[in-house]
Amino acid sequence: MTRIYLDHAAAVPVDPRVIEFAQPFLSQIIGNPSSLHSAGLAARQALEEARQKIARFINAEDEHTILFTSGATEANNLGIRGTALRNKTKGTAVAVSAIEHISVLNPVKDLTKQGFTMVSLPVDSTGCVKQEDLSNLVTKDTILTSIQYANNEIGTIQPIRELSKIIHDHGSYLHVDATAAAAWIPIDVRRDGIDLLTLSSNDLAGPQGAGVLYVKPGIKLQPIILGGGQEKGLRSGTENLFAIVGMGEAARLIQQEQHQERHRLQPMRDTLIKEILTIDRSFLTGHPQHRLPHHASFRFSGIEGESILLNMDIEGIQISTGSACSSKTLEPSHVLLAIGLKHEEAHGSMVLTLGRSTTPDQIPQVIQATKKTVDRLRALSPLTM
Amino acid sequence: MTQVGYSKKVMDHFMNPRNVGVIENPDGYGKVGNPVCGDVMEIFIKVHNNIITDIKFRTFGCGSAIATSSMVTELAKGKTLDEALRLTRKDVADELDGLPPQKMHCSNLAADALHAAIKNYQQKQKLK
Repeated sequence: MTRIYLDHAAAVPVDPRVIEFAQPFLSQIIGNPSSLHSAGLAARQALEEARQKIARFINAEDEHTILFTSGATEANNLGIRGTALRNKTKGTAVAVSAIEHISVLNPVKDLTKQGFTMVSLPVDSTGCVKQEDLSNLVTKDTILTSIQYANNEIGTIQPIRELSKIIHDHGSYLHVDATAAAAWIPIDVRRDGIDLLTLSSNDLAGPQGAGVLYVKPGIKLQPIILGGGQEKGLRSGTENLFAIVGMGEAARLIQQEQHQERHRLQPMRDTLIKEILTIDRSFLTGHPQHRLPHHASFRFSGIEGESILLNMDIEGIQISTGSACSSKTLEPSHVLLAIGLKHEEAHGSMVLTLGRSTTPDQIPQVIQATKKTVDRLRALSPLTM
Repeated sequence: MTQVGYSKKVMDHFMNPRNVGVIENPDGYGKVGNPVCGDVMEIFIKVHNNIITDIKFRTFGCGSAIATSSMVTELAKGKTLDEALRLTRKDVADELDGLPPQKMHCSNLAADALHAAIKNYQQKQKLK
């Protein structure tokens, strides 16, 4: 049986061209970028070239705005904790959309132990931040507002440029987690009015273990990892050169190929949505238009998401779910609850994310397997709602 | 090697559940769980001479919820009511070669559903 991988929001296969490009940094170029000898300088050179590629990728002012971290979770932690703690004399409220990634929500929750207030920004039923509420909830005491570019569970894209204007009118910094969006939407931190931005290497088809925090010139942060003073003292620790060099190259390739890949995948995604919604009592989650081009997400009444995942896996198709049973906390997805779903509705979700390996001939198989799975599980279920 | 995920037996009962369905006019009926929590199980039994002669279930829930329901019906069929009442959640999990730790509580309600069906039967007998 051929296996079809539709969980690119969770992990992306590393681009073979990236592996080839970065491979010398595992064993041939062995210097530490902090060493002054020629091996160290070669490593330093590669590190700085990766930094320039990332700066170009997001149209940053210059490469000095780019800090490398171990991944998006660390970049979110540094962006949020670092900014809030360093600037707390200017304000002690931190505003976040209700559907942020857990690596944004948890650092903000933790800041409340140190005297900060957490303000949750509601979203509508499609997952868009409610602009009319933003003006009241972001105040002059709000030091930082964090809103993701797009959501990994429901695919909704936020109108960041418009939100940025409102947030800046109140004097707050804007942090944007672009982890889910960066491979699909051209990001321009200057056009979009972004002060801090998070990127993940693997979401760009780069190696796991690297991420980026962009910090607009002039914004001061406090480090959260202390040590030898790498990355301008804001992220100590010897750089993961293989992953960082790979991330830079991955970003360069995405920048060249994004438009084409988007137009290749979107029609396949549209067919998936159209056909899967012909299933009785099936619903799209997230925004019908303003959504990531590779992203299709649904919920089905009367059945449970982990069962959907297991059944689809047996059919050869790897998908994701926001079901409570598939999570470590056994809580249903906070994203699905925030868009107004009841607990019993949030249990039956399925998320499909397409990627480079996706081909048109896979789409009918996925539709067929989904119909079979829903029919089978509904035949076992006592629920008729 | 540490086993991750579900055992082969759990997956077998998930994909090929035994005794699925509804018994019209059952002698006993039990329903446990709640759609809000993500698990609902119902069990129907037929009893003859104090022995469970037929049993069916329907379950809304995750893989282990479906597998434990299937397993408990298999274990209970042909047993006396007293024997069936002695079946525990642990017996069900053990017969499935174990469940992941976080699944032991919430998705392992099948023995409770069986006991509820037996008690429902006993209640009805008293009223006769």
